[in-house]
Amino acid sequence: MSRSRRAKLQVFRVVTFVLLGAFFLGPIWFMFEFSTRGIGENSPRTLDAWKAIGTYPDLVAGIVASLELAVITSIGVLVVLVPTMVWVRLRLPRLRRVIESISLLPLTIPAIVLVVGFSPMYQWMGTNFSDSILTLSLAYAILVLPYAYRALDAGLAAIDVKTLSEAARSLGADWFTVMLRVIVPNISSALLNAGLLSVALVLGEYTIANNLLYPNLQVEIVSLARTNAGVSIAVAVASLLFAFVLLVALSFVGGQRGVRRRNRERLVQTFARDFSGGTR
Amino acid sequence: MTASVETTLRSGVEVRLEDLRRRYSGVTALDGLSLTMAPGELVCLLGPSGCGKTTALRLLAGLEEADGGRVLIGGEDVTNVPANKREIGMVFQAYSLFPHMTAMQNVAFGMQLHKVGPAERRKRAGDMLELVGLSAHVHKYASQLSGGQQQRVALARALAIEPKVLLLDEPLSALDARVRARLRDEIRRVQLEVGTTTLFVTHDQEEALAIADRVGVMNAGRIEQLGPPTTIYSRPATPFVAEFVGLTNRLPGVVKGGEVEVRGTRLPLVKPDSSDGAAIALVRPEAVTLASDGDMLPGPLIGTVIATVFLGATSRVTVDLGDITVLAQLPTSDAAALTAGTRVRLSLRKDPVLLARDETAPTEA
Repeated sequence: MSRSRRAKLQVFRVVTFVLLGAFFLGPIWFMFEFSTRGIGENSPRTLDAWKAIGTYPDLVAGIVASLELAVITSIGVLVVLVPTMVWVRLRLPRLRRVIESISLLPLTIPAIVLVVGFSPMYQWMGTNFSDSILTLSLAYAILVLPYAYRALDAGLAAIDVKTLSEAARSLGADWFTVMLRVIVPNISSALLNAGLLSVALVLGEYTIANNLLYPNLQVEIVSLARTNAGVSIAVAVASLLFAFVLLVALSFVGGQRGVRRRNRERLVQTFARDFSGGTR
Repeated sequence: MTASVETTLRSGVEVRLEDLRRRYSGVTALDGLSLTMAPGELVCLLGPSGCGKTTALRLLAGLEEADGGRVLIGGEDVTNVPANKREIGMVFQAYSLFPHMTAMQNVAFGMQLHKVGPAERRKRAGDMLELVGLSAHVHKYASQLSGGQQQRVALARALAIEPKVLLLDEPLSALDARVRARLRDEIRRVQLEVGTTTLFVTHDQEEALAIADRVGVMNAGRIEQLGPPTTIYSRPATPFVAEFVGLTNRLPGVVKGGEVEVRGTRLPLVKPDSSDGAAIALVRPEAVTLASDGDMLPGPLIGTVIATVFLGATSRVTVDLGDITVLAQLPTSDAAALTAGTRVRLSLRKDPVLLARDETAPTEA
């Protein structure tokens, strides 16, 4: 590639990066700007709205509920989906397409339509079982299914599930051990991705919670916006930043695992080459 | 073998497969397969794709359930025992090392499940890797090992749990020819050292004949012939075995009085009670000799060399007899002068031959 062409490509990359960055970060910046405005004209910047977040008990409850829902939904979906997908790959490969279609179905149904379906179920649950906001995790599990399925499917496709599990079985492993010690460590990146997508989706969910009358984070933000828009926007920015930090942290964890392993492998290779003279 | 390995490995047990049956959505994979393996014996199941050899191995491993029949290991009926409780070591066709573990951890994995203590586990894993010649690679991950090394680690891992039976499912098929031959010999050496009863499945006849105590040639879900490699090769029991194992010339002839006459030469039959009439005699290339001197007047066994293939110690010569071509396998020193175009006289050694069905002959409706 010629130098001028490489320079053009570099310019194109930078421009694209800046434009996309502006597209995504612009609204967040303006939200932050709004949340730090003082009351009255020409008043200085203030973090009062941010400091006031903790003084709204309903908002704090909504934040806690959404975080709990995110954790329960992520774990629940992974616990159900991973063994199911592994089992289908091993024993019922012909059902893969069916399972995939079912898993992707929630993508095609608008949230408001899902609410219509969920409503009678939640009415019954509220009367006979529990009306805790945490029951929303059942609805959210369905909502995150397509995203979690896609992430896990990519992870499972990258390993030979059948051979690895049969090898472990022949060595004396029961199915629980196969899952925990052979499959899970080899799809850890896919699990992280699926978990992150679930968390991000649950933290941003509004329609179902609002229509089923459960006060989660987003419902509380909207509710608060009617009385104190500054605090509402501050919480919205904080939740976006939280999801962003989580994303970076998980990528960092995944990356570090890779780096640590690569470093270890490099060290072993060097050792083997220098001291053993082994052949491949 | 190191003393520690010697003391930790148990001696082989008898394995019996009795009338095993298995069907997959209407297709019969195993049709009443029976096989008894003596303690410490290495039996090869050899056959074409789809003949049921891998199914037989998987039923023995407990990775699949039989529709009928029994599996006995050491006299104990394990037909309904799950795979993880059968005490079987297995090496797969596909690379099966756990990618997130080192070679040492892979070998120690099974022992950990069998509640072997950490110190003993490390020691035995080290011994096993030494046994397969990989002491220098104990801390490597699968991605850092070559295909042959991975399969050797897989063998060490399978043997580390002191299995009652060792199962090898085409473990060499993904390797190149040189590594394949070397690893084949190594598997045999290790198997003889540890004395574990072993079932080896392959579609490669050279591999089967080289490594096995006995070879079972399979066809359509059954064992057509079971015997020592030399018997399988030199005295095939059925036309399928004769044609599947080694090269065979199909020479038209006429059966009469318990013999078959092929181009003027009368050959004895393996089954002398065969009915008279036209037939195809199956003659090994080694049973064909060539001479390029003397009288070369036209005759049924006079032909022209059209190709000579160098195989090392021997060479394979293709001779055109006008209506058919015949393969002859000769010592390379004898074949050196037989270049393309040389006129030669064939003679057929009077070994008992098998007859195949003449597919060109008209059949009755």
